[in-house]
Amino acid sequence: MPDTSASVAGNVLDVEKIRADFPILSQSVRGKPLVYLDNAATTHKPSAVIERVRNFDAEEYGTVRRGTYKLSERATQLYEEARRNVADFVGAEKSGEIVFTSGTTQAINLVAHSFGKRFVNAGDEIIISNIEHHANTVPWQVLCQERGANLKVIPVNDDGELMMEEYAKLLSSKTRMVAVNHVSNALGTINPVKKITEQAHAAGARVLIDGAQSAPHIKLDVQDIGCDFYTFSGHKMYGPSGIGGVYGKREVWEEMPPYVTGGDMIMQVTLEKTTYAKPPARFEAGTPPITQVIGLSAAIDYLNEIGMEKIADYENSLLEYGTRLFQEIDEVRIIGNARRKASIISFFSDAVHSHDMVHFLDEDGVACRGGHHCAQPTMIRYGVPATTRASMAFYNKPEELDALAESVKKCIRFFS
Amino acid sequence: MSYDKELYQQVILDHNRKPRNFRAIENASHSCHGVNPLCGDDITVYLNVNEDGGTIDELSFQGSGCAISKASTSLMTTFLKGRSVEEARRIKEEFHKMILGNLDPEKEEHHLGKLVLFAGIREYPSRTKCASLAWHTLVGALDKKFDGVSTE
Repeated sequence: MPDTSASVAGNVLDVEKIRADFPILSQSVRGKPLVYLDNAATTHKPSAVIERVRNFDAEEYGTVRRGTYKLSERATQLYEEARRNVADFVGAEKSGEIVFTSGTTQAINLVAHSFGKRFVNAGDEIIISNIEHHANTVPWQVLCQERGANLKVIPVNDDGELMMEEYAKLLSSKTRMVAVNHVSNALGTINPVKKITEQAHAAGARVLIDGAQSAPHIKLDVQDIGCDFYTFSGHKMYGPSGIGGVYGKREVWEEMPPYVTGGDMIMQVTLEKTTYAKPPARFEAGTPPITQVIGLSAAIDYLNEIGMEKIADYENSLLEYGTRLFQEIDEVRIIGNARRKASIISFFSDAVHSHDMVHFLDEDGVACRGGHHCAQPTMIRYGVPATTRASMAFYNKPEELDALAESVKKCIRFFS
Repeated sequence: MSYDKELYQQVILDHNRKPRNFRAIENASHSCHGVNPLCGDDITVYLNVNEDGGTIDELSFQGSGCAISKASTSLMTTFLKGRSVEEARRIKEEFHKMILGNLDPEKEEHHLGKLVLFAGIREYPSRTKCASLAWHTLVGALDKKFDGVSTE
């Protein structure tokens, strides 16, 4: 007997109580209750984050690491406490291993440029996978072109899982970096990042894990994974946009040259020469997004209060429920059926193009993403121009997946 | 059905299901590849322009995209066949103005004929590029843009 929506809800989380924390979710769209299922693109903010940002700006805002007056000292302290909070959230040992960036895209660009400049030379190899976001594809492609290095790609099987035996064959003494995601944004696959890291390290390569999609769904422990870099975005984990970051092992950061240069990343500047500050300051030139850092820290407090294990359990139950609903729709094919998945359902229908699909879903108040999800190589691999993607958060209810499935069926009938 | 009849009218659905002139023209006098990088819509437009009269003798397309982009391209090929290049360019300008909401076909003079079917697009800013890709690609072909065109 398939679960009814009622039996899924409430077994691990009080979802109605959680929804009350997110003011935006109570609105209507075109006269119907908003069903927000585009959480892999961006997540909404709980009142705790909205209020914290407001209070910080109203009462505590100041420049950081510069001023010697009270307001600036206080803001600096809060900013560095936020760094500690992020470090604890990802499981880093030292808070100085966290570098703030505008998000995952900039984080990966920072590593590709800086690490690449120091360690990647002609004939070297970088390994990515066939299911990366463009943010973890293009920076490495460009780096390889610039340095005369070669890009290797881990293939995926029909279910959307990395082919680990092929990965093992790609690794060699030429490999400088393995850059893969923890969770695929297009398919939801959870990759075996610890194993990937162990094998890369055995070959002498460094590892970057793109954690944009995993940070909001999985309890993180970068030390257990063992990776050299781990990137994330605030706006995908219930915090503000314009903030994210990258964890990096202290000893690796130490070896890397700056990416963006300017104020605040220096030791000493004369007109002839500049010496650089130690990490993380070396990689944070200019005034950082101070308010956004405070907001990110508030989002982490909120997630910690609920507990990442509980969040993962609840989202897994949503995924199972939603998957069953979609398996019952004959005209729809789920793209990505990995054994380990985060709460993302990407689907394709021959009857309706995904842009028409999301247009019709919107008529029913259902917000989903249609398109290639900034993962065109993934779409090419599965022979589809685009998919419709429902990505769930812990504030979603099974009833919302019922609404989605009904709307999808109605849309297919309309176009058939 | 409460679905948006303004946008997805029967004619559009019909052209989506059975696109007209959906083929390549071998040795076309003009052709162009057009993409919408945000959504991945991807079409190629082929034309044979009569050098003497400057008329479009043949017009066809191939590719993939949503119903709006497919129907828009299909209708464009049927509408422009036999018209002059100059006329085609003028209609493109009017079509573009209409879908952006800067030309009201009910109140202003135009030469859009059945293409007014797409007037409803102005209510959906995120879909205007679906309807305009065909026309950008057509102009790209006429202007001999060999590298292709993009809506971005």
